[in-house]
Amino acid sequence: MTVRVWRGGAAGSFQAFEVPRHASQTVLDVVTHIQRVLDPTLAYRFACRVGMCGSCAMTVNGVARWTCRTHIDKAIKNKNEITIEPLRNLPVIRDLVTDMREFFDKWARAKGSFEGKRTRRDDFALISPASEYRKQVDAGIECIGCGVCYSSCDVVAWNPEYLGPAALNRAWTLIKDERDIKSMERLRAVSGDAGCHSCHTHMSCTERCPKQISPTAGIAGLKREISLAALRGTL
Amino acid sequence: MSFRAQTLLWVAQRASAAVLALCVLVHLATLIYAVRGGLTAAEILSRTQGSAAWFAFYSLFVLAIVVHVPIGLRAVLGEWLGWRGAIREAVLFLLALFLAFSGMKAVFGVFL
Repeated sequence: MTVRVWRGGAAGSFQAFEVPRHASQTVLDVVTHIQRVLDPTLAYRFACRVGMCGSCAMTVNGVARWTCRTHIDKAIKNKNEITIEPLRNLPVIRDLVTDMREFFDKWARAKGSFEGKRTRRDDFALISPASEYRKQVDAGIECIGCGVCYSSCDVVAWNPEYLGPAALNRAWTLIKDERDIKSMERLRAVSGDAGCHSCHTHMSCTERCPKQISPTAGIAGLKREISLAALRGTL
Repeated sequence: MSFRAQTLLWVAQRASAAVLALCVLVHLATLIYAVRGGLTAAEILSRTQGSAAWFAFYSLFVLAIVVHVPIGLRAVLGEWLGWRGAIREAVLFLLALFLAFSGMKAVFGVFL
């Protein structure tokens, strides 16, 4: 098959390679074949190869995907050509590697780190897996930080300050975490023009998330809670 | 602008959209019903003038537009043209005043 791969930085171009087809071949297998056999200067990022680490996401035929778990058959359907580019909405460093600093900085800006009040001398917090709060946390907790949602989001493309689906989803899972004590501060951090209220509910993040998370649902929850806090005057 | 103010703008945008959905429906239904057999401006005015209920309804309609349009344009200007900041807010405030003035002028003209 013919594989067109993005080469260079933001102002690069596509380079075509001929790669043999195999059964159960993934997009990451194809990129690895190019780098190991055809052109060792190709830059790309991967680590676990089993869909856990979130480092191998790329744009495959125009759609952001985790390449280690995307079969070629699924990505190209009946054609014999595939186009592989770096993730969108992030600066390209070289070839298929993007600079993900802004993506993770926004997690920090959304106050995406847990803060509890218990110390190591306290007993474990008991949270029932069946509790309504915990169920909502469970719905969004499996994010691997691959950047597929961020790359697929129109609002990120239009508003560079927008925190993006992953950071907002993270904030939502912490707000629903009964052990966390920074809820109000976090609601403030994810409100307004750069936060959840800019989401247009296009749901590209939900459609593309490889872990089947719905950041849109979390963002809707944030909108609701923040609006109530603003109306009550507690925001 | 504070986070609370930004959030309240969002709430106002949604609330005014709900009001507009109802107002547009009533407006169109009344319009279609009223002109079935053809209607002149004089006939319209003879029915509308002095009606307190219609005056109140269309005043609400105008209010919803005054709230809804500038907030929506604020997002459009920010996202499509990258225009953000105090000047944008000031221009949109002036637009709100213009909408309120021209909308209410029409309401007074037709219903008083």
